[in-house]
Amino acid sequence: MAESIEPAIRQFIAQNFMYREGIQSLRDNQSLLEQGLIDSTGVLELVFYLEKTFAITVGDDEVIPENLDSVQQISSYLRRKLTPASQVCVA
Amino acid sequence: MRVEQFLSNSAARYPGKIALVEGQRRCSYRDLDEQVTRFAEVLRARGMQRGDRVVICTENSVETVVAIFGTLRAGGVFSPVNPTTKADKLAFIIGNCRAEVLVTQTRLLDQARDAVAQSPSIRTCIIVDGEAPADLPGAVGLESAAGETPPALPSFDPGIDIDLAMLIYTSGSTGFPKGVMMTHRNIVHAATSISTYLRNTPDDIILSVLPMSFDYGLYQVLMTIKLGMTLIVEKAFVFPQVVLNKLIQEKVTGLPLVPTIAAILLQLQILKPGMFPNLRYITNTAAALPPAHIQRLQELFPTTLIFSMYGLTECKRCTYLEPEQLAAHPSSVGKAIPNSEAWVVNEQGQPCKPGDVGELVIRGGHVMQGYWENQEATDRVLKPGRYPWEKVLYTGDLFRTDQEGYLYFVGRKDDIIKSRGEKVAPKEVENVLYMLEGIREAAVIGVPDPILGMAIKAVVVLADGSAIDAQQVIRHCAGHLEDFMVPKTVEFRSELPKTSTGKIRRSEVQSEALRLTQQ
Repeated sequence: MAESIEPAIRQFIAQNFMYREGIQSLRDNQSLLEQGLIDSTGVLELVFYLEKTFAITVGDDEVIPENLDSVQQISSYLRRKLTPASQVCVA
Repeated sequence: MRVEQFLSNSAARYPGKIALVEGQRRCSYRDLDEQVTRFAEVLRARGMQRGDRVVICTENSVETVVAIFGTLRAGGVFSPVNPTTKADKLAFIIGNCRAEVLVTQTRLLDQARDAVAQSPSIRTCIIVDGEAPADLPGAVGLESAAGETPPALPSFDPGIDIDLAMLIYTSGSTGFPKGVMMTHRNIVHAATSISTYLRNTPDDIILSVLPMSFDYGLYQVLMTIKLGMTLIVEKAFVFPQVVLNKLIQEKVTGLPLVPTIAAILLQLQILKPGMFPNLRYITNTAAALPPAHIQRLQELFPTTLIFSMYGLTECKRCTYLEPEQLAAHPSSVGKAIPNSEAWVVNEQGQPCKPGDVGELVIRGGHVMQGYWENQEATDRVLKPGRYPWEKVLYTGDLFRTDQEGYLYFVGRKDDIIKSRGEKVAPKEVENVLYMLEGIREAAVIGVPDPILGMAIKAVVVLADGSAIDAQQVIRHCAGHLEDFMVPKTVEFRSELPKTSTGKIRRSEVQSEALRLTQQ
């Protein structure tokens, strides 16, 4: 599961926010904001996608550049949300 | 008074005061004034003459403000263009006004290159945040250009207040944008009137997330500098939490919104009444705030004045509602702004009785001079007024008044859709759709959306054998249109309703879609 996070994020961004460049030209640490790839409705779509795909809840105060502004940041954020400590053990 | 004097006056009065805040950068009036002088010298050194047009296609930044005032100080006419505008439309605008200078930024160089290749009028291209690439003729980086020793230039008169100051392109039903012409005097009239009713003082601190290429965002800059206020410049409203933090940290007193931004803010769980004690006022325009949202805003911002307003690019702003009247008239956009008149007329041009729907007409010193080199379009909206020397503006919007004279927006006469507070001309989007091989017919409509106001929807009929999907259609549109014009959804049909002469009945597709959403 952990290995498939980055590709899934890149795919989502390429399909929804990038019309010109290919997926390859977006570096993992490149700021989506600075590249002009994301706007306010884009952030909403991204949050919706993350909540739906990874079954998490994104708090208002977590919708910040540190968590969502690059492929790397989104992946790190997701891993933090998905670590075993945050999951309830099912007997 | 000319608009660039806003800056020289404020720089003389408040030299050390912070005019603009952009991220970590704080720019004083003195700094800004110096940068503007250098920008004007760069333009003049490159042959700028009085009245030359300078297209500014950049994101919100200190440099954008410098380019605007620098152009005016050099006697030029500035034309602010949305930075998400793609090459073809940018080239159209440049060609339409035969602009000689393009101001752009590093991130937008691909667009700039394509546009300049199609634009023989461009002599100079100024890159505000980096060096000029070798393959862009006439290009120069602003920093290096400003660092050059200015040549000895003869003393120069930039012009007077009735000179053209700004060309701002607005979408029209024909699918091609038109350049609204505003003189210095027009702008001074509008800026004075608006800052008066907003009760602005030099102590105001405004946070703007609106594009400076949109007159609503542009005037935040102009009014700030006119009064010696402070403006927190944001490129866009992307991360709500960041904006809210800034509202508190910078002790912001004024926040201009459009309904899309209000809708996103109101979805936040963390907003509680009293979080922003310094926020003196919020403004809304570009589209109507749903009454439920107005109420929610009043609950969350109990000590903040809320101004509902209405306007159009052709006169900047028409009406505003005194905040004290909001509770009694929640769906009104108020009355004419100070030193102007607004009234509703019937088909014969006679004033309507209260309750009757008619077209809103505007009179005042803020009304545009016309559309650039488009007499036909100008004559359709500017008509003779009370005196032989004046023209009044027919807005093309349907309104009614109540018994007390408060104005209520009813609808548009044309087919323009408002999405995210921005104008979208269906024909402009359809023209782009037809560029995609495989699309035989297209109708672009608006569908109600809780955040966007109206979302853009493309209803298309594919050519036989074509297999394109929605994703491809949207990507194609994104390559040619500004962000807010790109369809959110695509519907494929086997046919579209037509008139007896074979013309697509877009209005039928539109009303059908509205009916479906009401069910």
